[in-house]
Amino acid sequence: MSLVTVTRTQAGTSGILDRIGIGHIALAAALLVYPAVASEFFLVQIGAYSLIWGLIALSLMLLGGYGGMVSLSQITCAGIAAYIVAIFGTNSMNIHGFGWPWWVLVPFAVLISGLVSAAIGAISVRTEGIYTIMITLAIATAFFYFAQQNYVLFNGHSGYAGIPTPQFWGVHWRDPLPFYYLCLGVSVVAYVAVLYAAKSTFGLALQAIRDNPRRMRAIGYDVTAHKVLAYFYAGLIAGLAGVLLVWFNGRVSPGTVDVSQAIDVLVIAVIGGLLHPIGPFIGAVFVVLIQTFAIDIVGAERYNTLIGLVFLTIVFVSPDGILGLWQRLKPHLAQAPLRPSRR
Amino acid sequence: MAQSNVASRLEGTGAHALELDDVARHFGALVAFSDVSMRIAAGERRAVLGSNGAGKTTLFNAITGDFMPTAGRIRFFGEDITSMPTHERIRRGLRRTYQISQLFARMSVLNSVFLACRGVSRNRFSLLRPGLSDATMAQAELILNAVHLDAYRDTLVAALSHGQQRQLEIALALAGAPRFILFDEPAAGLSPTERHDLVAILNALPKHIGYIIIEHDLDVALRVSEYVSMMHNGRVFKEGTPAEIEADPQVQDIYLGGRHHG
Ligand SMILES: Nc1ncnc2c1ncn2[C@@H]1O[C@H](COP(=O)(O)OP(=O)(O)OP(=O)(O)O)[C@@H](O)[C@H]1O
Ligand SMILES: [Mg+2]
Repeated sequence: MSLVTVTRTQAGTSGILDRIGIGHIALAAALLVYPAVASEFFLVQIGAYSLIWGLIALSLMLLGGYGGMVSLSQITCAGIAAYIVAIFGTNSMNIHGFGWPWWVLVPFAVLISGLVSAAIGAISVRTEGIYTIMITLAIATAFFYFAQQNYVLFNGHSGYAGIPTPQFWGVHWRDPLPFYYLCLGVSVVAYVAVLYAAKSTFGLALQAIRDNPRRMRAIGYDVTAHKVLAYFYAGLIAGLAGVLLVWFNGRVSPGTVDVSQAIDVLVIAVIGGLLHPIGPFIGAVFVVLIQTFAIDIVGAERYNTLIGLVFLTIVFVSPDGILGLWQRLKPHLAQAPLRPSRR
Repeated sequence: MAQSNVASRLEGTGAHALELDDVARHFGALVAFSDVSMRIAAGERRAVLGSNGAGKTTLFNAITGDFMPTAGRIRFFGEDITSMPTHERIRRGLRRTYQISQLFARMSVLNSVFLACRGVSRNRFSLLRPGLSDATMAQAELILNAVHLDAYRDTLVAALSHGQQRQLEIALALAGAPRFILFDEPAAGLSPTERHDLVAILNALPKHIGYIIIEHDLDVALRVSEYVSMMHNGRVFKEGTPAEIEADPQVQDIYLGGRHHG
């Protein structure tokens, strides 16, 4: 009883700052003032683009990190949201383009992405480990070829171009500064939601299912239903990323959802680390930087070799990615100044 | 108490918690157990004894649906649950513990029991974090008190001792208003003190909660049960009160191996 009282008092006095954590406050400050120091190129091509890929990888982190389900079809869900924005919104191809306003279009695209993800989940949750990877890769590949060959809906190889980013509240959201803050805002909402939900009943149950599905059944959980619902939530996040991605590019085509993109999501998530929802964003910054500057360093055609080597090195040194590396270093860094200096 | 349960079983009129009719489980050509029929009254406490490999754990797995039975019929409080998924059986009030602890190593003790309470409630999909004043959390803390784990509520399960993990196994089975519990060797590997505590916990359970306990230690089994079923080579070969079982020459031959006097 006294234990409970103490915890309550502490939560009351040391308050919100402690709950949020000093790391988060520093990070938020850095991200908010980043536009003041970053060039337009660094703001959008690196900043906003990393946030978008971080979001897609976050949807994989939710499934893989908390649920133990590694899905390679999260890019497919993002792509479907992107296609919906093109088909039901506006495009310059004179195909479909129903001109729905953004406030109908975006929730619709995100919801469909969630439902598609749930359907993919329903197909794949009865498999485990490598088989989940195989089946979701097969789904991603199948969708790529379908989009490439279907002209009625997906306009085949060329896809859709000329997709505008909406303007509202007097802001043109594709301008560098607004677009950066838009991506940052969406990312923060998704990140905080995942972080919060990780300790909700659903989040705890998902992690318990990852660790011991048999016991979870024996205390009344429908393991399949929980996993499929996790896929639904992951699909919502991927859908948000898909909307931002199609606004970023102004176009969507089968190339948006091909196998190499699917693999990139996995590479980002693994390089960043699946231990914590910040991992995917760290991984995204890392990979986007390499993607952008690999041409200067090793030439365009060696990019895949470079990213492959970086991937191998990180996985070899730290299976939990950069995040795992940081967590192993942190105690040493913290202790260093405390050690007595030796002569 | 024991008397009335036995009577109702003989007449076949009382409300039965569990009715097994010729239940069997095969693994390929191997028969783990077969032709098992049992009538267990609501609130009855039954011990299942038998040598290693007799099929006791597999019988539990068939009752809970961990492994579906390959033949026979199982009713739980009158309802046919033979081919029902495990979680549906649990939501009807069936619970179990495992011979080899099945816990969530990376989770805190309190959260484990909290999840067990939520598993049978409508809130199991809730996206809200449980607050300190949450009613389910309070329920979980009561259960932790009952199994003497209240001092370890924030400890990670992996950091618990073997005996504490066995107590947590029991806590998970007590969560969420159970009507009938299957205990699979809860005393295995416990110290004498811990065994004593276990017997006290079992005897302190509300009277309406019935259970089957698998127990190698005859002394423990006889102290917590009012009726005994003996299994050997996949079959139930004898049933009776603890006194009858202890006195039975066949039981002494097969199970006790002359270890016990009559
Ligand atoms: N999953 C399984 N696959 C194949 N055979 C199994 C499986 N589970 C149990 N068996 C076999 O079924 C038989 C009964 O095993 P069971 O675990 O039910 O015995 P038990 O009475 O619980 O024994 P113990 O006292 O050692 O726990 C054994 O021969 C065992 O090898
Ligand atoms: Mg056993």
